[in-house]
Amino acid sequence: MPEPVSHCRGLTRRRLLEQALAACGCLAAGLAFADDAARAAAAQAAIDAIVGDRGVADGELELTTPAIAENGNTVPIAVAAGGRFRGDTYVKAIHVFAVENPTPEVVSFHFTPQSGLAQVSTRIRLAKTQQVVAIAELSDGQVWRTANEVKVTIGGCGG
Amino acid sequence: MDKPRVKVPKKVKAGEPFEVKVLISHKMESGQRVDEATGQKIPRMIINRFEARLDGELVFSATLYPAVSANPYLAFHVVAEKSGELSFKWLDDSGDTATATAKVAVG
Repeated sequence: MPEPVSHCRGLTRRRLLEQALAACGCLAAGLAFADDAARAAAAQAAIDAIVGDRGVADGELELTTPAIAENGNTVPIAVAAGGRFRGDTYVKAIHVFAVENPTPEVVSFHFTPQSGLAQVSTRIRLAKTQQVVAIAELSDGQVWRTANEVKVTIGGCGG
Repeated sequence: MDKPRVKVPKKVKAGEPFEVKVLISHKMESGQRVDEATGQKIPRMIINRFEARLDGELVFSATLYPAVSANPYLAFHVVAEKSGELSFKWLDDSGDTATATAKVAVG
């Protein structure tokens, strides 16, 4: 199993930023690392833009992804938040991010009370092995977050 | 952008969420790929918006980014209290739109 980014594993995003250049053996790897750090920062900014200053809980948000995606061009994912909408509270939106894709935003789903259920499946592109993050926004202001690691054998995005 | 395909259950129960599946042909050009002949990046051209309406009222929508795979597929849920018509609209970066409809039979 090829692991093109195996030298990154075990690093947090912050440490990755700090060590972006220091840890690299060659210029190409150095550039790739700087790229990773910039992408991680862009992803965090995109997530922060959605969450704002609201508190984030695990909540009842489920993200289903394959542990290993052979083809990064078409990775099946499913998200589900809460259950059947009851009363006034419903899930307004679920946002999906791929933290190390060239564009971190993947897709945003917007629900209405007439959706009945915040449960969606689709297919996405992942450039490489990375975290996929889902953020759910509820009508009462709650924010839920979950994330899965997806190993990608052949990256998408034509890169 | 063509061949929108839509799948709705033949019969649904009033007030119970049912699954709607939609698929459309589109290359979803990410803007990241390089044309090998010219060395130039191929410009982004994606479906960026999808909307589903029940009898004219928005029930579900999605904002799509380049990381959605070619030929975008979505499965989502809708609740209907009575029989009606679902209408679907896809919009891409060039301003092109595609539409489709499906009958919802409550019973």
